[in-house]
Formats: sequence, C-alpha cells, structure tokens
Amino acid sequence: MAYSEKTRGMYSDILTGLQDAGLFKMERFIHSPQAADIEVEFPTGSSLKKVINICANNYLGLSSHPDVVKAAHEGLDSHGYGMSSVRFICGTQDIHRHLEKMVSEFLGTEDTILFPSCMDANAGVFEAVLTKDDVMISDRLVHASIIDGIRLCSAMHDTFKHSDMAHLESKLQLHHDRRLKIVITDGVFSMDGDTAKLDEMAALCEKYDALLFVDDSHASGFIGKTGRGTHEKYGVMGKIDIITTTFGKGLGGASGGCVSGRKELVEMCRQKARPYLFSNTIAPPVVAGVIKVLEILSATTERRDKLEKNTEFWRKGLTEAGFVLKDGDTPIVPVMLFNAKLSQDVSRGLYEEGIYAIGFFFPVVPQGQARIRTQISAGHEIHHLEKALDAFIKVGKKYNILGKSKQEIIEMYGM
Amino acid sequence: MENMHDVVREYVVNEYVEDDTEVTNDTPLISGGIVDSFSMVSLKRFLENKYNISIPDDKATPEAFDSVNKICTLVKEYIG
Repeated sequence: MAYSEKTRGMYSDILTGLQDAGLFKMERFIHSPQAADIEVEFPTGSSLKKVINICANNYLGLSSHPDVVKAAHEGLDSHGYGMSSVRFICGTQDIHRHLEKMVSEFLGTEDTILFPSCMDANAGVFEAVLTKDDVMISDRLVHASIIDGIRLCSAMHDTFKHSDMAHLESKLQLHHDRRLKIVITDGVFSMDGDTAKLDEMAALCEKYDALLFVDDSHASGFIGKTGRGTHEKYGVMGKIDIITTTFGKGLGGASGGCVSGRKELVEMCRQKARPYLFSNTIAPPVVAGVIKVLEILSATTERRDKLEKNTEFWRKGLTEAGFVLKDGDTPIVPVMLFNAKLSQDVSRGLYEEGIYAIGFFFPVVPQGQARIRTQISAGHEIHHLEKALDAFIKVGKKYNILGKSKQEIIEMYGM
Repeated sequence: MENMHDVVREYVVNEYVEDDTEVTNDTPLISGGIVDSFSMVSLKRFLENKYNISIPDDKATPEAFDSVNKICTLVKEYIG
C-alpha cells in the first residue's frame, strides 16, 4: 500500500497546522434551495435553523427563480443530462451556441465561448491568446483565478497598484517594447466591492495600444443602467477586448462561465484554451437555465433596479447604525471589523440572531482588514434587511463597536 | 553621482511598499513578503533600463533580488 502511515501522518500534521492557525475551512450544510431564507445545519448534526442569507452571490435572486427552474427542467427533458464529450468532438448542442450568441448580445461583444466555469475561462484565456513576447499588466487585487491563469501563461507579467492609474500608465510605458500588452482587472473587486475605473483604463489602453481584459463576474446582470456590467457603468461598452464572467453568481448561480470579446480572441480560445479543449462544457439543463436568465434580464431591469434600491437601503442603515463600511455602491458591502477573532465572534452572534454572514480574515483579505462581507440580493425584501439590520445593531452593541472609528476598534480589539 | 543603493531602495519603496514599512539595504524583500515574485519583473526592467544592462532571466532569481544589497551586487556584475 503506497499510502503509508508516514504519508497519512504528514497530511494530518498539515491539516492540524491549518486548524491551529485558524485557517481550516468548514462547510455549513444548507438543506433548502439557495434564497434569501435558507435552512442551515450548523454545527453539523444540529437541528435545522431558519436564517436570512446575506452572504450569497445570488445578486439577482435568480438561483431558485421558478421560471429558471422550469427552464432547466425543460432543458433536461429536451436536451438530456450530460454530453459525455468535449465541445469539439460531440459535446456541442444547438443551445450551447444559442447561449453564446445571447451572451454576446447581452454584453455588447463580438463573440463568446462557454467554459465549464469562469475559473476555467480565466485559467485558459491568457495562454490561448498571448506568447512569451507579450506582457500582462494586472491590478494587484485581481481574483485568484486570474492569478492562476497568469501563472499558466508564458507571457511576461507585471502588476500595478490597486486602481492606481498613474502607476498603470508607468507600467504601460515601461513595457512599451513588448509585442502585445494586456491590462487585466476585475470589474467589481469581490472583497472590497469597489469598481475598476474602466473609462480611464480604456483611454490608457487606447493611448498605449494595449488590450483591456475585465473579469466581470461580480457585475454581469446588475452593474450599469441595464445590468450589462462594469463597462456599461463607465460608458465603455465595445471598448473592452476580453470580458470573462460567470453564470455562477448573478446570472442564475448554477455554474459555467465564458470568455466574450473580440471574435479573433474568442476563436483563439476555441482553438487553444485547454479547459475548453479538455473538459466538458456546461450541462444542458444549466445552459437552458442561463438562457432563461438572460431572457428575463433582457426584458426588464426590474431585478437590478430592486437590487440597487436594496443596496442603498442596506448601506444607509449600516452607516446610520455606526458601522465602518468600505466605500462603494455595489451590492458587496463589507462591514469592517479589522480584527480576525472579532469578525468570527460577530459572525457567530449574527447567526444566533438568525442572520447568515461570514467573517473574512487573513489570508483571504490583508492582515488587519478582517470584515463581515455582506452581499445584497434582489431576492431580499425590505423585511429581510430590517431584520438583518436589527441583528447587526444588537451584535454591534454587544461588542461596543457602533459609532467607533477604525482606530477605536483596533485599540479595543487589536489588528 | 547617484548612489546605486539609494536609487534601488527608493524604487522598491515607491513601487512595492503601500504602508509605513521601513526598507533598509538588508531588508528581505521577497522572502519578507514586500516584493512578490510576480512583481519582480518591473524591478528587473527598471534596473536594465536605468543601468543599460541585460540581466539573464536565470540570474534574476528571488534569492538574487532578496535585498537592496543583493540587487546592487547583481547589477554591478553586469555594468561594464
């Protein structure tokens, strides 16, 4: 037997080390569909507790929407469960290409290619379109999946300080001699909820003849007046060369992602991107569900409008209660607690009050920037948010952090 | 004449330090988490442009870039 006691012991020690360092991740079992109201088994083995979920990426409340569920059922009946093949052998159905065309229309791009996830899209896209003669210049806070994609690519890589346009410009000047330059950013940054300055970035890319890449996973469907994404918010639709996004958040929340943009770049992915070439694409029922999601969002802005109102209500309520928030206007509203243990204690306190929200701390966020990341949904009604606000205030009072500044909280609890 | 150690240290601070961390000529840059290995490329290109040299990729290792002193030692090897 190759898996010796010595090997087992080695892994046990590593896992114990993670537990000792407070970095061991635990899953909480949800027994209901994803929604504003969920039933949770936590700790494992305990009886189910009904709680309000304010930490899902279910921004548009479509994860369990009856029309989407019905469409997925119909897709299952009409197109089957799985494809048992990668796309280019016998794994492409009419609905896959239909969804690609719908996504292109929705995002205002030339073409789109589906991937099993946006993680896969980000892992595959750079190696497919760049060579060692090129340079990738990325914001220092881009998502982990982009960093993995960059690692897999032979092109040179450099970074610029988060949202610092002067620093980006200096990097574009420094790398002027590369065959291609590509600037890489998230549209909405998932931990802070701020948005990339895409208008300024597009102008710089034009000035220095660079491509512009945006991962809009935390934006597609609801950022911008008609929910097309961060490029709509900043008035640069048609000026982004590559957009990657996910169907696992606002756009139904199931799974799958895509690369959307210039048709030649999309075709390069179809020819060369390894997660596309060597993995099945999105399963038929999920494709049918996403098609329905895009139909709903193309017909009306009702859901993103409601999300915007809910976000305003939530941000105003927390601010008036005296919490320290990260500035922004997206549905990601981080409540800053700075101290890791405090973030865990507040999360536990909220759960006792029937509110499900998770504390994030180092290494997920920088040292000393622990927080509760709240995420608002169009699936929330005002009564959900009022109850969540009451719980936050109750727990905030318990830990004496209401009306306290960052400095005061750090003085009380440490970094 | 510019002191190379001052030039390199100033570049490192401006480029990589976003808080009040003090950087001396011996401060571990990469092993100390100030410069991530991803961002080393701009430091390498800065040195090449500034001193009109070419540092082979296999010499631009995290170890060779781990302090201002080590960087200056490396650069001096390639200055004619």
